[in-house]
Amino acid sequence: MTGPAIVADGLTRRFGAFTAVDAVSFAVGRGEVFGFLGANGAGKTTAIRMLIGLLPPTAGEATVAGASITSDPEGVRRRIGYMSQRFSLYDDLTVRENVALFGTIYGLRPAAIDARREILLGRIGLAHARDALVRQLPLGWKQQLALMVALLHEPEVVFLDEPTGGVDPITRRRFWELIYATAASGTTVLVTTHYLDEAEYCDRLSIMVDGRIAAIGTPGEVRATWGAATLDEVFLRLTRPGAAA
Amino acid sequence: MSALAGLVRKETRHLLRDRQTLAILLLLPLVSVLLFGFAVRTDVRAIPVAIVDPSPDAASRALAAQVAQSPQFRLRGVVRSEQALERDFRAGTLRQAIVLPEGTARRLARGDRIVIGVITDAADPNTGRVMGGHVAAMLARWEADQVGPSGVPRVTMLTRMRFNPTLESVNLFVPGLIALVLTIVAAMMTAISITREKERGTMELLLASPLRPATVVLGKVTPYVVLGMANALTVLLAARLVFGMPLRGHPGLLLVAALLYVIASLGLGILISTRAETERTAIMAALAGLLLPTLMLSGFIFPLEALPAPLRAVAQVIPARWFLVIVRGVMVKGATLADLHREVAVLATMAIALLGIGIRRLAIRLP
Repeated sequence: MTGPAIVADGLTRRFGAFTAVDAVSFAVGRGEVFGFLGANGAGKTTAIRMLIGLLPPTAGEATVAGASITSDPEGVRRRIGYMSQRFSLYDDLTVRENVALFGTIYGLRPAAIDARREILLGRIGLAHARDALVRQLPLGWKQQLALMVALLHEPEVVFLDEPTGGVDPITRRRFWELIYATAASGTTVLVTTHYLDEAEYCDRLSIMVDGRIAAIGTPGEVRATWGAATLDEVFLRLTRPGAAA
Repeated sequence: MSALAGLVRKETRHLLRDRQTLAILLLLPLVSVLLFGFAVRTDVRAIPVAIVDPSPDAASRALAAQVAQSPQFRLRGVVRSEQALERDFRAGTLRQAIVLPEGTARRLARGDRIVIGVITDAADPNTGRVMGGHVAAMLARWEADQVGPSGVPRVTMLTRMRFNPTLESVNLFVPGLIALVLTIVAAMMTAISITREKERGTMELLLASPLRPATVVLGKVTPYVVLGMANALTVLLAARLVFGMPLRGHPGLLLVAALLYVIASLGLGILISTRAETERTAIMAALAGLLLPTLMLSGFIFPLEALPAPLRAVAQVIPARWFLVIVRGVMVKGATLADLHREVAVLATMAIALLGIGIRRLAIRLP
């Protein structure tokens, strides 16, 4: 399929009188690593929930991997992978059992599940632990495993909601290598993060403030637009006007 | 393997690997049957009673009037023969009958001794005992009115306890116990396990997958249906083997009722989980919102007849209230589907409605 991986057009979500996401429009190209930045409560998570078909928008429209989030949310969910903020695999199941569960949920055949499992576990060096209970793994590995599970059914777009929260710098580094490898294989990656040094790794990024996109472009473009040396500075100026001179 | 089978397998593993909880869930029914040896004193009002009067006369009409005026009784009618009452007894719409002999007034006037039969539905033994006492007191007043206080007693009361002649209290607590255990296993455990997935974020993964909400729910509840039915059988077997509890009706009807009750409870558990944010809230909600009403308002401990009108109205929407009537009817009275079709229909409607609403609520994807 051709065309952008994600197109949002005037995407809006209100909760009562509160507008969490306010007429957001942007596009993400195929194979791109797109950073989705914003302070807590800026509307990132709400926007992602709409994009993955978990939450219907109040107004506007978006297409993800060619499927409309309003008319075909099930089609969207079939074509995407999702890794949520909190580490979320079943920790009383083994690695193998978790993979098998999500494989069957996405309609993979047992043979395909076994093959994919070995490839993905090999990629993160976890093949020896396939029969370990997930709760026995260190957090860094759990998170890499969660990413692999999100990629199990070879989705066209994968949404990563703060995937590197609470892991050590080495694992973060490793995680970004996995993200690059994923994008290189053609899967579009939309990733939210709190770490602005990570944002520099993205092909393009957007910064959300109060439900709107306040800045969008490559890291270089965003810095240039605001005349700032670092993304950190841009972020501070946008989210706390007056704080940075 | 289908997605549903995958979910069921996963849920079964959750259950089997949490050894402590599983042990509690399996032992709970057994321990409670063995411990629940006590009976609760009860007070009853508005007992549906019929009078069998082969030859209506002044004396029998006076008795009917007295029954009609008493707050303890509700006169369901005066009939000529006992046979007409059999169906109502089985269905539970009639709890007592007073059987007068031929020519009551004439024989009393002549000074003959008469024998009055009192038939009591003692499926619930405590209530049966209390009802027997009320009738005895009333017949004594009636006799005094008819022959004056002076004379020697001329009326003999012949009591017959229907269904449960020896007033076994096992018949009182076992049906209620099944309801209680199933409420804990089906409703509380479903609420806990769904809320746990919400808390840990795994529910979000399931909802972000192409699974339909109904599939998620079915995968979730299937193992609990199996566990619930195993628990119901444990209670029944223990009651039978240890206490000699009868099973006079068809076991199939009993199992169907148990299945409907499990489904209704699962629905309630799902409803709790759509509201509760944490496991702790879910547990408290299940205890206060489900377990207490099941104990207090289902007719388990306090007979429905003894409840004040507003609570009796609340009791009508509690699945256990209908389930209990069916279980008591089948086990103790040998009632059939024809006798209990109303209760079964109500329970089935509740089961379908609660599960349906639960699935819908869960489908409204959580923000």
